[in-house]
Amino acid sequence: MSTFIQFIITGLRLGSVYALIALGYTMVYGIIKLINFAHGDFIMVGGYTLYFVIPIMMALGLPGWTAVIFAIVVCACVGMLVELLAYRPVRKRGTNLTALITAIAMSFVLENLAQAIPAIGPDPRIPYILFSKTFSIGGVSISEATIITVVVSAMIMIVLYLFTQKTRIGRAMRCVAEDKEAAIVMGINVNRIIITTFAIGAGLAAVASLMYISQYPKVITTMGATLGIYAFVAAVLGGIGSLPGAVLGGLIIGIVQSGANTYISSSMSDTFVYLILIIVLLIKPAGILGKNVGEKV
Amino acid sequence: MKTNKTAIRYAINTIALVILMIITFVIGGVDNNTIKLKIVPSVWQCCYLIIMAASLNLVLGFLGQLSLGHCGFMAVGAYTAALVSLAFQRAGVYDEKKGAAFMLVMIVSILAAGILSAVLGLLVGIPALRLKGDYLAIITLGFGMIIVNLINNIPFCGQQGLSQGTASSALYANGLGFSNDEKKGYMYVAVLAVILCMALMFMFVRSKFGRIICAIRDNEIAASASGIDVSYYKVLTFVFSAFFAGIAGALYSCCNAALATTSFAFTNGSILNSVFIVVMVVVGGMGSLTGSIVAAIGMFLLNYAIKNGTWVAALPGFLQNVFTYPMLVYSIALIIVIMFRPHGILGTSEFALCDIPKWPRMVASHFHKSDKEAEG
Repeated sequence: MSTFIQFIITGLRLGSVYALIALGYTMVYGIIKLINFAHGDFIMVGGYTLYFVIPIMMALGLPGWTAVIFAIVVCACVGMLVELLAYRPVRKRGTNLTALITAIAMSFVLENLAQAIPAIGPDPRIPYILFSKTFSIGGVSISEATIITVVVSAMIMIVLYLFTQKTRIGRAMRCVAEDKEAAIVMGINVNRIIITTFAIGAGLAAVASLMYISQYPKVITTMGATLGIYAFVAAVLGGIGSLPGAVLGGLIIGIVQSGANTYISSSMSDTFVYLILIIVLLIKPAGILGKNVGEKV
Repeated sequence: MKTNKTAIRYAINTIALVILMIITFVIGGVDNNTIKLKIVPSVWQCCYLIIMAASLNLVLGFLGQLSLGHCGFMAVGAYTAALVSLAFQRAGVYDEKKGAAFMLVMIVSILAAGILSAVLGLLVGIPALRLKGDYLAIITLGFGMIIVNLINNIPFCGQQGLSQGTASSALYANGLGFSNDEKKGYMYVAVLAVILCMALMFMFVRSKFGRIICAIRDNEIAASASGIDVSYYKVLTFVFSAFFAGIAGALYSCCNAALATTSFAFTNGSILNSVFIVVMVVVGGMGSLTGSIVAAIGMFLLNYAIKNGTWVAALPGFLQNVFTYPMLVYSIALIIVIMFRPHGILGTSEFALCDIPKWPRMVASHFHKSDKEAEG
């Protein structure tokens, strides 16, 4: 029984991280219909920023987690740069297919650029471990990091939901996602909304990277690729373009992965994640909470 | 008049291919260390890269669907060819890597690689091709990873690769894996395989099927409205492409002493990953088989220059690091090509050998036209 509870808790924790990343995917996809492959690498950028900034913050006498503010700023800047330098010019000329290829290329650029910069380097780094306390309740151990991860993610999701529903920018975002031309007619600056979306998505990735490295204290240049793919699977599973869907998908993927790790074999957990993706795409291509929109001729 | 011209084109191409084969045989007979250690391995590598690029082009350029799991099929081909050849060797069909029996085994294992890949392509394609665009890209990525994951978990393939697995002591000594001398001697097999594969692909593209899949690429709804069974032709193309990826995998296992699944993953340090193949296709031109050939050779040479050139060591520290991870260079090149020529350098146009004399005029008229457009 305690193994079961333990696996659920680990799953929730992993799932909250995936959900945070999946939110970024889903927001960008909702607006420009592009799978932002580079989103995974924003996590890597966030991870390295934290690795460098946490010691500085500690030296200044501030708590280590305040470094996440810097990480959010850096990630948001990288996100906006990627959109300005690569996606926007390609979107103007090419098709969906070329935009997708650009996104994949951009992910490789970020990853390999990080490897090429000597200060970051190809070797994994061990960041300072935050939230290392552990509580034990009836044979089940819960770490401080788990509680913080789950609570903070839940809070961020609620705030984000309210933001998209109630604020002016949030409403404009939903408007652009629904009908770009109509949004232009209504006087919405579409390009500004797109770039804001990129900044918010990348900022969420920075928060996710704080959660992730407090769980697995290792920063490596390729960490974004695998994390990004899981989060993407989560976004598709929940229904890409839908915020609650991304959260649901993230939690499902987290729990499935931790279940596969606990009960089957850790080397097969990837296969299970992809199997879920394939089954969902075949049964309900729009995802669990997604709306099935027919193509207009 | 027209048939006459076609006949001349065929004659020129045939003569060129015959000359190519003669050169291959001559090189195969020469005993020279530079040739043996540098040129011959490069030719083998080019051969499988060309087949990979061209076969992905069928899906990406002609059918207009992005598949990110192409290297998965190559892995299947490589492992099939290696295991089949090992099985024959264990059965005592051949001892040394020469003679008619070995030739037969080689042909059988290459074909087996293609066929098993095609079967897998069918299994993947039927469910996957119900989707399109982004979703297809992701699902093929997933399938590619599952294939690699499964091969890792098959006991006789092993995570460490075939050279250290339990089934075989070394592919190099027993199975298809050639030593440098054998690579030189059997180079004509690789070149012949490329010629045959390319010929088949050209025939496919120019046939009724090719026109149908181009119609699907240009407008799927219009194609299905004109009575084309869209999913049938999509799966057909996918299977056809997987077959050639399998053959490329077989060539890969011929010219490598050991196999490891890490070489076929989605991302890795070396160039053999699904994204590099996409780079080759896009740079050459989505929808141009000749473009794929040129791009595959060109990207191989570029990679060779980066990996082995002394000029890299002369660069300052940071740039040297950049070239240690050449995917950075290729990805930036890919983005630039897509930005300025969304369909690749050659676009959808093919070129023929007998058109080469006309190139200066074509280039001139192209510039003339774009000048006019600028004025207009």
